[in-house]
Amino acid sequence: MILIGGECELATGIECRMIENVRELLKAHEGLKREVYLDIENSSMVPKEVIDAMLPYYNQRAYGNPTLTHKPGWEAFEAIMEFSQEIAKFLGCKTLEEVNFTPGETEANNLALMGTALSIKDKGKKIVISEIEPLSVLHVVDMLTKHGFSAAKIPVDSEGFINLRKLEDAIDKETILVSLSAVNHEIGTIEPIKEALKIVKDKNPETIFHTDASDAYGKIQFDVKELDVDLATVSSYKILGPRGIGALYVKEGVNVERILEGQIGTQKLWPGVENTPLIVGFAKASQLTFQSFRDNVDRVRTLRDRLIDGITRGISDVRLNGPKGDKRAPDNVNISFLRCEGEALTIELSLNGVYVSSGSACTRRLLQPSHVLVAIGRKFVEAHGSILMKVTRCHTEEDVNYVLEVIPKAVERIRGIVGSMEVK
Amino acid sequence: MSRSPLPYNPKILELFRNPKNLGKMEDATVTAVAGNPLCGDMIIFYLKINDEGVIEKASFESYGCAANIATSSIVTEMIKGMKLEDAWNISWKSVIEAVGGLPSVKFHCGILAVGALKRAIRVYYKNKGVSPNWLPKEPSFEEKQALKEEELAEMLSKRMKTEEEK
Repeated sequence: MILIGGECELATGIECRMIENVRELLKAHEGLKREVYLDIENSSMVPKEVIDAMLPYYNQRAYGNPTLTHKPGWEAFEAIMEFSQEIAKFLGCKTLEEVNFTPGETEANNLALMGTALSIKDKGKKIVISEIEPLSVLHVVDMLTKHGFSAAKIPVDSEGFINLRKLEDAIDKETILVSLSAVNHEIGTIEPIKEALKIVKDKNPETIFHTDASDAYGKIQFDVKELDVDLATVSSYKILGPRGIGALYVKEGVNVERILEGQIGTQKLWPGVENTPLIVGFAKASQLTFQSFRDNVDRVRTLRDRLIDGITRGISDVRLNGPKGDKRAPDNVNISFLRCEGEALTIELSLNGVYVSSGSACTRRLLQPSHVLVAIGRKFVEAHGSILMKVTRCHTEEDVNYVLEVIPKAVERIRGIVGSMEVK
Repeated sequence: MSRSPLPYNPKILELFRNPKNLGKMEDATVTAVAGNPLCGDMIIFYLKINDEGVIEKASFESYGCAANIATSSIVTEMIKGMKLEDAWNISWKSVIEAVGGLPSVKFHCGILAVGALKRAIRVYYKNKGVSPNWLPKEPSFEEKQALKEEELAEMLSKRMKTEEEK
Protein backbone atom coordinates (compact mmCIF):
# COMPACT_ATOMS: atom_id res chain seq x y z
CA MET A 1 0.00 0.00 0.00
CA ILE A 2 1.51 3.32 -1.04
CA LEU A 3 0.06 6.74 -0.30
CA ILE A 4 1.06 9.51 -2.65
CA GLY A 5 -0.09 13.04 -2.02
CA GLY A 6 -2.70 11.83 0.42
CA GLU A 7 -4.50 9.81 -2.26
CA CYS A 8 -4.78 6.02 -2.44
CA GLU A 9 -2.35 4.65 -5.01
CA LEU A 10 -1.74 0.94 -5.49
CA ALA A 11 -4.08 0.26 -2.59
CA THR A 12 -6.93 -2.20 -3.02
CA GLY A 13 -10.53 -1.11 -2.51
CA ILE A 14 -10.58 -2.48 1.03
CA GLU A 15 -7.28 -0.82 1.90
CA CYS A 16 -8.55 2.53 0.53
CA ARG A 17 -11.65 2.22 2.68
CA MET A 18 -9.52 1.41 5.72
CA ILE A 19 -7.41 4.52 5.12
CA GLU A 20 -10.55 6.64 4.77
CA ASN A 21 -11.95 5.11 7.97
CA VAL A 22 -8.79 5.93 9.89
CA ARG A 23 -8.91 9.52 8.62
CA GLU A 24 -12.50 9.83 9.82
CA LEU A 25 -11.52 8.40 13.22
CA LEU A 26 -8.76 11.00 13.45
CA LYS A 27 -11.17 13.78 12.49
CA ALA A 28 -13.38 12.76 15.42
CA HIS A 29 -10.47 13.78 17.69
CA GLU A 30 -10.27 17.35 16.41
CA GLY A 31 -10.60 20.14 18.98
CA LEU A 32 -9.36 18.16 22.00
CA LYS A 33 -8.45 20.50 24.86
CA ARG A 34 -5.61 18.27 26.06
CA GLU A 35 -3.93 15.04 25.01
CA VAL A 36 -2.15 12.67 27.40
CA TYR A 37 -0.31 9.68 25.97
CA LEU A 38 0.11 6.85 28.48
CA ASP A 39 0.53 3.83 26.18
CA ILE A 40 4.31 3.64 26.75
CA GLU A 41 4.02 -0.16 26.83
CA ASN A 42 3.35 -0.22 23.10
CA SER A 43 5.21 2.81 21.75
CA SER A 44 6.30 6.21 23.01
CA MET A 45 6.68 9.85 22.12
CA VAL A 46 10.29 10.97 21.67
CA PRO A 47 11.33 14.18 23.45
CA LYS A 48 12.76 17.02 21.37
CA GLU A 49 16.22 16.76 22.98
CA VAL A 50 16.50 13.16 21.78
CA ILE A 51 15.43 14.01 18.22
CA ASP A 52 17.78 17.00 18.14
CA ALA A 53 20.65 14.73 19.16
CA MET A 54 19.80 12.22 16.41
CA LEU A 55 19.15 14.50 13.44
CA PRO A 56 22.75 15.44 12.53
CA TYR A 57 23.57 11.73 12.20
CA TYR A 58 21.13 11.33 9.32
CA ASN A 59 22.69 13.80 6.91
CA GLN A 60 25.41 15.97 8.45
CA ARG A 61 27.94 13.50 9.77
CA ALA A 62 28.49 9.80 10.50
CA TYR A 63 25.93 8.66 7.93
CA GLY A 64 28.38 6.12 6.50
CA ASN A 65 28.75 2.41 7.18
CA PRO A 66 30.93 2.12 10.32
CA THR A 67 32.93 -0.78 8.91
CA LEU A 68 34.11 1.04 5.77
CA THR A 69 37.24 3.00 5.05
CA HIS A 70 36.12 6.55 4.42
CA LYS A 71 35.42 9.64 6.51
CA PRO A 72 31.62 9.18 7.00
CA GLY A 73 32.29 5.53 7.88
CA TRP A 74 34.98 6.41 10.45
CA GLU A 75 32.68 9.09 11.85
CA ALA A 76 29.95 6.50 12.23
CA PHE A 77 32.39 4.12 13.95
CA GLU A 78 33.44 6.88 16.33
CA ALA A 79 29.80 7.82 17.09
CA ILE A 80 28.74 4.21 17.70
CA MET A 81 31.69 3.58 20.01
CA GLU A 82 31.13 6.83 21.90
CA PHE A 83 27.38 6.46 22.38
CA SER A 84 27.51 2.70 23.06
CA GLN A 85 29.76 3.50 25.99
CA GLU A 86 27.01 5.61 27.50
CA ILE A 87 24.54 2.72 27.40
CA ALA A 88 27.20 0.23 28.57
CA LYS A 89 27.99 2.52 31.51
CA PHE A 90 24.35 2.91 32.59
CA LEU A 91 23.80 -0.84 32.28
CA GLY A 92 26.91 -1.61 34.32
CA CYS A 93 28.77 -3.54 31.57
CA LYS A 94 32.41 -4.53 31.88
CA THR A 95 33.24 -4.12 28.20
CA LEU A 96 31.67 -2.45 25.17
CA GLU A 97 31.42 -5.78 23.38
CA GLU A 98 28.82 -6.89 25.90
CA VAL A 99 26.27 -4.51 24.33
CA ASN A 100 24.65 -5.95 21.19
CA PHE A 101 22.21 -3.64 19.46
CA THR A 102 19.08 -5.16 17.95
CA PRO A 103 16.01 -3.55 16.39
CA GLY A 104 14.18 -3.80 19.73
CA GLU A 105 13.08 -5.85 22.70
CA THR A 106 11.41 -8.53 20.57
CA GLU A 107 14.58 -9.19 18.58
CA ALA A 108 16.81 -9.07 21.67
CA ASN A 109 14.62 -11.66 23.41
CA ASN A 110 14.59 -13.83 20.28
CA LEU A 111 18.39 -13.60 20.11
CA ALA A 112 18.77 -14.41 23.81
CA LEU A 113 16.55 -17.49 23.72
CA MET A 114 17.19 -18.92 20.29
CA GLY A 115 20.87 -17.94 20.33
CA THR A 116 21.45 -19.67 23.67
CA ALA A 117 19.44 -22.74 22.68
CA LEU A 118 21.49 -23.09 19.49
CA SER A 119 24.73 -22.53 21.36
CA ILE A 120 24.33 -25.11 24.12
CA LYS A 121 21.74 -27.54 22.78
CA ASP A 122 24.12 -30.45 23.42
CA LYS A 123 24.19 -29.75 27.17
CA GLY A 124 20.46 -30.06 27.71
CA LYS A 125 17.03 -29.30 26.32
CA LYS A 126 15.09 -27.65 29.11
CA ILE A 127 14.12 -23.97 29.23
CA VAL A 128 12.45 -22.41 32.28
CA ILE A 129 10.38 -19.22 32.13
CA SER A 130 7.48 -17.74 34.10
CA GLU A 131 3.84 -17.69 33.05
CA ILE A 132 3.86 -13.90 32.72
CA GLU A 133 6.77 -13.33 30.35
CA PRO A 134 6.19 -11.08 27.32
CA LEU A 135 5.06 -12.76 24.09
CA SER A 136 8.57 -12.34 22.60
CA VAL A 137 9.72 -14.84 25.23
CA LEU A 138 6.62 -17.07 25.46
CA HIS A 139 6.23 -17.51 21.70
CA VAL A 140 9.94 -18.19 21.13
CA VAL A 141 9.86 -20.87 23.82
CA ASP A 142 6.71 -22.37 22.26
CA MET A 143 8.55 -22.46 18.93
CA LEU A 144 11.64 -24.08 20.50
CA THR A 145 9.49 -26.82 22.03
CA LYS A 146 8.52 -27.80 18.47
CA HIS A 147 12.23 -28.34 17.78
CA GLY A 148 13.08 -30.77 20.55
CA PHE A 149 13.35 -28.45 23.57
CA SER A 150 11.10 -28.72 26.61
CA ALA A 151 9.68 -25.84 28.63
CA ALA A 152 8.62 -25.32 32.24
CA LYS A 153 6.46 -22.29 32.99
CA ILE A 154 6.67 -21.20 36.63
CA PRO A 155 3.44 -19.85 38.17
CA VAL A 156 3.16 -16.51 39.92
CA ASP A 157 1.09 -15.33 42.89
CA SER A 158 -1.84 -12.90 42.81
CA GLU A 159 0.54 -9.92 42.56
CA GLY A 160 2.70 -11.47 39.88
CA PHE A 161 5.64 -12.58 42.03
CA ILE A 162 7.30 -15.72 40.78
CA ASN A 163 7.06 -18.83 42.94
CA LEU A 164 10.72 -19.33 43.91
CA ARG A 165 10.13 -22.79 45.38
CA LYS A 166 8.66 -24.01 42.09
CA LEU A 167 11.52 -22.35 40.25
CA GLU A 168 13.98 -24.33 42.37
CA ASP A 169 12.07 -27.55 41.73
CA ALA A 170 12.14 -26.91 37.98
CA ILE A 171 15.92 -26.48 37.70
CA ASP A 172 17.79 -29.69 36.93
CA LYS A 173 20.83 -30.92 35.02
CA GLU A 174 18.94 -30.62 31.75
CA THR A 175 18.13 -26.93 32.27
CA ILE A 176 20.15 -24.84 29.84
CA LEU A 177 18.31 -21.53 30.10
CA VAL A 178 16.11 -19.54 32.47
CA SER A 179 14.38 -16.37 31.30
CA LEU A 180 12.56 -14.17 33.82
CA SER A 181 11.62 -10.51 33.41
CA ALA A 182 13.12 -8.18 36.01
CA VAL A 183 9.90 -6.13 36.00
CA ASN A 184 6.65 -7.40 34.52
CA HIS A 185 5.70 -5.33 31.49
CA GLU A 186 1.95 -5.31 32.22
CA ILE A 187 1.50 -5.17 35.97
CA GLY A 188 4.84 -3.70 37.08
CA THR A 189 5.81 -6.45 39.54
CA ILE A 190 9.48 -6.03 40.50
CA GLU A 191 10.60 -9.65 40.56
CA PRO A 192 13.14 -11.02 43.07
CA ILE A 193 15.63 -11.56 40.26
CA LYS A 194 18.68 -11.68 42.51
CA GLU A 195 17.18 -14.47 44.62
CA ALA A 196 15.94 -16.28 41.50
CA LEU A 197 19.39 -16.11 39.95
CA LYS A 198 21.03 -17.48 43.10
CA ILE A 199 18.55 -20.37 43.24
CA VAL A 200 19.20 -21.22 39.60
CA LYS A 201 23.02 -20.99 39.78
CA ASP A 202 23.21 -22.90 43.09
CA LYS A 203 21.32 -25.78 41.56
CA ASN A 204 22.93 -25.71 38.12
CA PRO A 205 25.84 -23.27 37.62
CA GLU A 206 25.86 -24.10 33.89
CA THR A 207 22.35 -22.71 33.33
CA ILE A 208 22.31 -19.42 31.42
CA PHE A 209 20.15 -16.77 33.08
CA HIS A 210 18.42 -14.18 30.87
CA THR A 211 16.28 -11.33 32.07
CA ASP A 212 14.10 -9.05 29.98
CA ALA A 213 14.96 -5.78 31.72
CA SER A 214 13.04 -3.53 29.33
CA ASP A 215 10.80 -2.34 32.15
CA ALA A 216 13.66 -2.18 34.66
CA TYR A 217 16.31 -0.18 32.77
CA GLY A 218 15.89 3.47 33.68
CA LYS A 219 13.01 2.71 36.04
CA ILE A 220 14.52 0.82 38.97
CA GLN A 221 18.07 0.21 40.17
CA PHE A 222 19.39 -2.28 37.62
CA ASP A 223 23.05 -3.15 37.09
CA VAL A 224 24.12 -6.24 35.13
CA LYS A 225 27.47 -6.54 36.90
CA GLU A 226 26.02 -6.19 40.37
CA LEU A 227 23.30 -8.70 39.52
CA ASP A 228 25.80 -10.95 37.68
CA VAL A 229 23.20 -11.95 35.13
CA ASP A 230 24.29 -13.66 31.88
CA LEU A 231 21.96 -11.96 29.39
CA ALA A 232 19.70 -8.91 29.66
CA THR A 233 17.34 -7.23 27.21
CA VAL A 234 16.80 -3.47 27.17
CA SER A 235 14.60 -1.33 24.97
CA SER A 236 14.96 2.27 23.83
CA TYR A 237 11.36 3.42 23.50
CA LYS A 238 10.48 2.37 27.03
CA ILE A 239 12.77 5.15 28.28
CA LEU A 240 11.47 7.62 25.65
CA GLY A 241 14.18 6.87 23.10
CA PRO A 242 13.37 6.18 19.46
CA ARG A 243 11.58 2.97 18.40
CA GLY A 244 13.51 0.42 16.37
CA ILE A 245 16.40 -0.07 18.73
CA GLY A 246 17.12 -2.17 21.79
CA ALA A 247 20.05 -4.22 22.99
CA LEU A 248 20.99 -7.57 24.39
CA TYR A 249 23.65 -7.53 27.08
CA VAL A 250 25.78 -10.67 26.79
CA LYS A 251 28.20 -11.19 29.67
CA GLU A 252 31.81 -11.66 28.60
CA GLY A 253 32.44 -15.38 28.12
CA VAL A 254 28.79 -16.36 27.55
CA ASN A 255 28.22 -17.98 24.17
CA VAL A 256 25.23 -16.97 22.09
CA GLU A 257 24.84 -17.99 18.45
CA ARG A 258 23.71 -15.58 15.76
CA ILE A 259 20.13 -16.17 14.67
CA LEU A 260 20.37 -14.01 11.55
CA GLU A 261 23.12 -14.18 8.94
CA GLY A 262 24.53 -11.47 6.70
CA GLN A 263 27.22 -8.82 6.60
CA ILE A 264 28.83 -8.52 10.03
CA GLY A 265 29.58 -4.95 11.08
CA THR A 266 30.97 -3.68 14.36
CA GLN A 267 29.07 -6.29 16.41
CA LYS A 268 29.18 -10.02 15.88
CA LEU A 269 25.72 -11.07 17.09
CA TRP A 270 23.48 -8.95 14.87
CA PRO A 271 24.36 -8.59 11.20
CA GLY A 272 23.54 -5.64 8.96
CA VAL A 273 24.53 -1.97 8.98
CA GLU A 274 24.33 -0.39 12.43
CA ASN A 275 21.70 2.36 12.71
CA THR A 276 23.87 5.20 14.03
CA PRO A 277 21.11 7.81 14.62
CA LEU A 278 19.02 5.31 16.60
CA ILE A 279 22.01 4.35 18.75
CA VAL A 280 22.61 8.07 19.39
CA GLY A 281 18.91 8.52 20.29
CA PHE A 282 18.96 5.52 22.63
CA ALA A 283 22.08 6.88 24.35
CA LYS A 284 20.61 10.39 24.63
CA ALA A 285 17.38 9.02 26.13
CA SER A 286 19.52 7.02 28.61
CA GLN A 287 21.45 10.17 29.57
CA LEU A 288 18.24 12.11 30.16
CA THR A 289 16.82 9.23 32.24
CA PHE A 290 19.91 8.73 34.38
CA GLN A 291 21.14 12.30 34.79
CA SER A 292 18.76 12.86 37.72
CA PHE A 293 17.74 9.25 38.20
CA ARG A 294 16.50 9.42 41.81
CA ASP A 295 14.54 12.64 41.22
CA ASN A 296 13.05 11.28 38.01
CA VAL A 297 11.98 8.04 39.65
CA ASP A 298 10.50 9.83 42.68
CA ARG A 299 8.55 12.23 40.49
CA VAL A 300 7.21 9.43 38.28
CA ARG A 301 6.27 7.37 41.35
CA THR A 302 4.36 10.33 42.79
CA LEU A 303 2.42 10.71 39.53
CA ARG A 304 1.74 6.95 39.48
CA ASP A 305 0.34 6.97 43.01
CA ARG A 306 -1.75 10.06 42.32
CA LEU A 307 -3.26 8.24 39.33
CA ILE A 308 -3.83 4.98 41.22
CA ASP A 309 -5.31 6.70 44.29
CA GLY A 310 -7.48 9.01 42.20
CA ILE A 311 -8.98 6.11 40.27
CA THR A 312 -9.36 3.59 43.08
CA ARG A 313 -10.88 6.17 45.44
CA GLY A 314 -13.01 7.95 42.88
CA ILE A 315 -14.54 5.06 40.93
CA SER A 316 -16.46 2.09 42.30
CA ASP A 317 -15.75 -1.54 41.41
CA VAL A 318 -12.13 -1.20 40.34
CA ARG A 319 -9.16 -3.47 41.07
CA LEU A 320 -5.46 -2.60 40.98
CA ASN A 321 -3.56 -5.31 39.11
CA GLY A 322 -0.08 -6.00 40.52
CA PRO A 323 1.54 -4.99 43.81
CA LYS A 324 1.44 -1.63 45.57
CA GLY A 325 4.25 0.64 46.75
CA ASP A 326 7.95 -0.10 46.33
CA LYS A 327 7.42 -3.57 44.90
CA ARG A 328 5.72 -2.04 41.86
CA ALA A 329 7.57 -0.33 38.98
CA PRO A 330 7.38 3.43 39.56
CA ASP A 331 5.67 4.08 36.22
CA ASN A 332 3.08 1.28 36.04
CA VAL A 333 -0.68 1.69 36.51
CA ASN A 334 -2.88 -1.27 35.60
CA ILE A 335 -6.47 -1.20 36.77
CA SER A 336 -9.52 -3.36 36.02
CA PHE A 337 -12.85 -1.59 35.76
CA LEU A 338 -15.62 -4.08 36.41
CA ARG A 339 -18.75 -3.92 34.23
CA CYS A 340 -16.71 -2.10 31.61
CA GLU A 341 -15.33 -3.62 28.42
CA GLY A 342 -11.76 -2.49 27.74
CA GLU A 343 -11.84 -1.85 24.01
CA ALA A 344 -14.92 0.36 24.29
CA LEU A 345 -13.22 2.18 27.18
CA THR A 346 -9.96 2.77 25.25
CA ILE A 347 -11.94 4.27 22.35
CA GLU A 348 -14.00 6.48 24.65
CA LEU A 349 -10.82 7.66 26.40
CA SER A 350 -9.12 8.29 23.06
CA LEU A 351 -12.04 10.45 21.89
CA ASN A 352 -11.33 12.52 25.02
CA GLY A 353 -7.56 12.71 24.48
CA VAL A 354 -6.35 10.01 26.88
CA TYR A 355 -4.41 7.25 25.14
CA VAL A 356 -4.07 3.88 26.90
CA SER A 357 -4.20 0.16 26.09
CA SER A 358 -6.31 -2.68 27.45
CA GLY A 359 -5.89 -6.33 28.34
CA SER A 360 -9.30 -7.01 26.82
CA ALA A 361 -9.60 -9.81 24.28
CA CYS A 362 -11.33 -7.37 21.94
CA THR A 363 -8.19 -5.29 21.42
CA ARG A 364 -6.13 -8.30 20.49
CA ARG A 365 -5.66 -10.15 17.25
CA LEU A 366 -6.13 -13.52 18.94
CA LEU A 367 -9.22 -12.38 20.87
CA GLN A 368 -7.87 -13.76 24.14
CA PRO A 369 -7.49 -11.70 27.31
CA SER A 370 -4.08 -10.76 28.72
CA HIS A 371 -2.18 -13.91 29.74
CA VAL A 372 -0.54 -11.94 32.56
CA LEU A 373 -3.86 -11.00 34.17
CA VAL A 374 -5.17 -14.54 33.75
CA ALA A 375 -1.97 -15.92 35.36
CA ILE A 376 -2.39 -13.74 38.48
CA GLY A 377 -5.88 -15.17 38.88
CA ARG A 378 -7.95 -12.33 37.51
CA LYS A 379 -11.31 -13.41 36.15
CA PHE A 380 -11.83 -12.99 32.40
CA VAL A 381 -14.24 -10.09 32.99
CA GLU A 382 -11.57 -8.36 35.08
CA ALA A 383 -9.02 -8.83 32.31
CA HIS A 384 -11.47 -7.55 29.67
CA GLY A 385 -12.02 -4.39 31.70
CA SER A 386 -8.33 -3.67 32.36
CA ILE A 387 -6.47 -0.54 31.35
CA LEU A 388 -2.67 -0.24 31.26
CA MET A 389 -1.00 3.16 31.64
CA LYS A 390 2.63 4.15 32.17
CA VAL A 391 3.70 7.57 33.36
CA THR A 392 7.05 9.10 32.40
CA ARG A 393 9.35 11.90 33.51
CA CYS A 394 7.80 14.00 30.75
CA HIS A 395 4.28 13.83 32.25
CA THR A 396 3.04 16.57 34.56
CA GLU A 397 0.64 16.82 37.46
CA GLU A 398 -1.76 18.63 35.10
CA ASP A 399 -1.66 15.62 32.77
CA VAL A 400 -2.61 13.31 35.64
CA ASN A 401 -5.36 15.69 36.78
CA TYR A 402 -6.78 15.69 33.27
CA VAL A 403 -6.73 11.86 33.12
CA LEU A 404 -8.49 11.75 36.49
CA GLU A 405 -11.13 14.11 35.12
CA VAL A 406 -11.71 12.06 31.93
CA ILE A 407 -11.62 8.45 33.22
CA PRO A 408 -14.65 8.58 35.59
CA LYS A 409 -16.86 10.07 32.85
CA ALA A 410 -15.67 7.52 30.29
CA VAL A 411 -16.25 4.61 32.68
CA GLU A 412 -19.70 5.92 33.54
CA ARG A 413 -20.68 6.17 29.88
CA ILE A 414 -19.47 2.65 29.01
CA ARG A 415 -21.13 1.23 32.13
CA GLY A 416 -24.30 3.02 31.02
CA ILE A 417 -24.31 0.91 27.84
CA VAL A 418 -24.00 -2.25 29.96
CA GLY A 419 -27.03 -0.98 31.88
CA SER A 420 -28.85 -3.60 33.92
CA MET A 421 -26.96 -6.61 32.53
CA GLU A 422 -25.33 -8.97 34.96
CA VAL A 423 -21.64 -9.23 34.11
CA LYS A 424 -19.84 -11.95 36.05
CA MET B 1 0.10 -6.75 23.93
CA SER B 2 -0.26 -7.55 20.15
CA ARG B 3 -2.46 -5.32 18.06
CA SER B 4 -4.47 -5.55 14.88
CA PRO B 5 -5.49 -2.30 13.22
CA LEU B 6 -9.19 -1.76 13.76
CA PRO B 7 -10.20 1.14 11.57
CA TYR B 8 -13.89 1.35 12.44
CA ASN B 9 -15.90 3.33 9.90
CA PRO B 10 -17.73 6.61 10.72
CA LYS B 11 -21.11 4.85 11.03
CA ILE B 12 -19.79 2.53 13.76
CA LEU B 13 -18.12 5.43 15.53
CA GLU B 14 -21.40 7.37 15.44
CA LEU B 15 -23.40 4.41 16.80
CA PHE B 16 -20.74 3.87 19.48
CA ARG B 17 -20.96 7.52 20.55
CA ASN B 18 -24.73 7.80 20.25
CA PRO B 19 -26.29 4.35 20.35
CA LYS B 20 -29.96 4.20 19.38
CA ASN B 21 -32.56 2.37 21.46
CA LEU B 22 -30.22 1.84 24.40
CA GLY B 23 -31.53 0.63 27.74
CA LYS B 24 -33.73 -1.85 29.51
CA MET B 25 -37.39 -2.01 28.35
CA GLU B 26 -39.69 -2.52 31.33
CA ASP B 27 -42.72 -3.60 29.24
CA ALA B 28 -40.84 -5.90 26.87
CA THR B 29 -42.81 -8.87 25.50
CA VAL B 30 -39.64 -10.89 25.21
CA THR B 31 -35.93 -10.61 26.06
CA ALA B 32 -32.98 -12.64 24.84
CA VAL B 33 -29.29 -12.75 25.74
CA ALA B 34 -26.41 -13.85 23.54
CA GLY B 35 -22.70 -14.12 24.23
CA ASN B 36 -20.83 -14.43 27.45
CA PRO B 37 -18.99 -11.80 29.47
CA LEU B 38 -16.07 -14.23 29.66
CA CYS B 39 -15.54 -13.54 25.94
CA GLY B 40 -15.91 -9.82 26.53
CA ASP B 41 -19.04 -9.87 24.38
CA MET B 42 -22.61 -10.05 25.64
CA ILE B 43 -25.85 -8.42 24.51
CA ILE B 44 -29.45 -8.43 25.57
CA PHE B 45 -32.37 -7.52 23.32
CA TYR B 46 -35.76 -6.31 24.57
CA LEU B 47 -38.64 -6.56 22.08
CA LYS B 48 -42.19 -5.26 22.39
CA ILE B 49 -44.31 -7.35 20.02
CA ASN B 50 -48.00 -6.69 19.27
CA ASP B 51 -50.77 -9.24 18.64
CA GLU B 52 -50.18 -9.09 14.87
CA GLY B 53 -46.62 -10.30 15.39
CA VAL B 54 -45.09 -6.91 14.59
CA ILE B 55 -42.11 -5.55 16.57
CA GLU B 56 -43.34 -2.23 17.93
CA LYS B 57 -40.24 -1.35 19.91
CA ALA B 58 -36.76 -2.80 20.33
CA SER B 59 -33.93 -1.87 22.66
CA PHE B 60 -30.63 -3.35 23.81
CA GLU B 61 -27.87 -3.32 26.39
CA SER B 62 -24.31 -4.37 25.62
CA TYR B 63 -21.18 -5.46 27.41
CA GLY B 64 -18.79 -5.38 24.50
CA CYS B 65 -16.60 -3.54 22.08
CA ALA B 66 -17.58 -0.70 19.73
CA ALA B 67 -18.56 -3.20 17.00
CA ASN B 68 -20.79 -5.06 19.42
CA ILE B 69 -22.53 -1.84 20.47
CA ALA B 70 -22.94 -0.62 16.88
CA THR B 71 -24.33 -3.88 15.47
CA SER B 72 -26.76 -4.28 18.37
CA SER B 73 -27.93 -0.71 17.93
CA ILE B 74 -28.45 -1.09 14.19
CA VAL B 75 -30.42 -4.33 14.61
CA THR B 76 -32.87 -2.57 16.95
CA GLU B 77 -33.35 0.10 14.28
CA MET B 78 -33.71 -2.40 11.42
CA ILE B 79 -36.41 -4.48 13.09
CA LYS B 80 -38.61 -1.71 14.44
CA GLY B 81 -42.04 -1.99 12.78
CA MET B 82 -41.09 -5.28 11.14
CA LYS B 83 -43.10 -8.50 11.14
CA LEU B 84 -41.35 -11.28 13.05
CA GLU B 85 -41.08 -13.37 9.88
CA ASP B 86 -39.22 -10.55 8.13
CA ALA B 87 -37.05 -9.92 11.19
CA TRP B 88 -36.13 -13.63 11.21
CA ASN B 89 -34.80 -13.29 7.66
CA ILE B 90 -32.23 -10.65 8.61
CA SER B 91 -28.77 -12.15 8.14
CA TRP B 92 -25.54 -11.23 9.89
CA LYS B 93 -24.16 -10.13 6.53
CA SER B 94 -26.95 -7.59 6.09
CA VAL B 95 -26.24 -6.24 9.59
CA ILE B 96 -22.55 -5.82 8.80
CA GLU B 97 -23.55 -4.11 5.55
CA ALA B 98 -25.91 -1.81 7.45
CA VAL B 99 -23.10 -0.61 9.72
CA GLY B 100 -20.94 0.07 6.66
CA GLY B 101 -18.66 -2.96 7.07
CA LEU B 102 -16.61 -4.39 9.93
CA PRO B 103 -13.00 -5.55 10.28
CA SER B 104 -13.07 -9.33 9.74
CA VAL B 105 -12.02 -10.06 13.34
CA LYS B 106 -15.24 -8.32 14.39
CA PHE B 107 -17.68 -10.26 12.16
CA HIS B 108 -18.68 -12.30 15.21
CA CYS B 109 -20.25 -9.15 16.70
CA GLY B 110 -22.77 -8.97 13.82
CA ILE B 111 -23.38 -12.71 14.09
CA LEU B 112 -23.99 -12.42 17.85
CA ALA B 113 -26.49 -9.57 17.39
CA VAL B 114 -28.53 -11.59 14.89
CA GLY B 115 -28.19 -14.67 17.11
CA ALA B 116 -29.78 -12.74 20.00
CA LEU B 117 -32.58 -11.49 17.74
CA LYS B 118 -33.40 -15.01 16.50
CA ARG B 119 -33.34 -16.34 20.04
CA ALA B 120 -35.83 -13.64 21.05
CA ILE B 121 -38.16 -14.61 18.20
CA ARG B 122 -37.99 -18.31 19.19
CA VAL B 123 -38.67 -17.46 22.84
CA TYR B 124 -41.71 -15.40 21.77
CA TYR B 125 -43.30 -18.31 19.89
CA LYS B 126 -42.31 -20.80 22.56
CA ASN B 127 -44.09 -18.67 25.19
CA LYS B 128 -47.14 -18.49 22.93
CA GLY B 129 -47.03 -22.23 22.36
CA VAL B 130 -47.16 -21.95 18.56
CA SER B 131 -44.68 -22.61 15.82
CA PRO B 132 -45.22 -20.82 12.51
CA ASN B 133 -44.37 -22.64 9.27
CA TRP B 134 -41.53 -20.26 8.40
CA LEU B 135 -39.70 -20.82 11.70
CA PRO B 136 -37.15 -23.60 11.13
CA LYS B 137 -36.85 -26.31 13.79
CA GLU B 138 -33.09 -26.43 13.39
CA PRO B 139 -31.08 -23.55 14.88
CA SER B 140 -29.92 -20.94 12.36
CA PHE B 141 -26.25 -20.27 11.61
CA GLU B 142 -26.24 -17.24 13.92
CA GLU B 143 -27.85 -19.13 16.82
CA LYS B 144 -25.33 -21.94 16.42
CA GLN B 145 -22.43 -19.48 16.38
CA ALA B 146 -23.71 -17.69 19.50
CA LEU B 147 -23.93 -21.04 21.26
CA LYS B 148 -20.43 -21.96 20.10
CA GLU B 149 -19.01 -18.70 21.49
CA GLU B 150 -20.77 -19.26 24.82
CA GLU B 151 -19.55 -22.86 25.05
CA LEU B 152 -16.00 -21.77 24.27
CA ALA B 153 -16.14 -19.19 27.08
CA GLU B 154 -17.42 -21.80 29.52
CA MET B 155 -14.72 -24.24 28.48
CA LEU B 156 -11.96 -21.64 28.97
CA SER B 157 -13.42 -20.66 32.32
CA LYS B 158 -13.57 -24.30 33.48
CA ARG B 159 -10.01 -24.87 32.31
CA MET B 160 -8.91 -21.86 34.36
CA LYS B 161 -10.67 -23.16 37.46
CA THR B 162 -9.11 -26.60 37.06
CA GLU B 163 -5.66 -25.05 36.74
CA GLU B 164 -6.28 -22.96 39.85
CA GLU B 165 -7.26 -26.06 41.80
CA LYS B 166 -4.01 -27.77 40.74
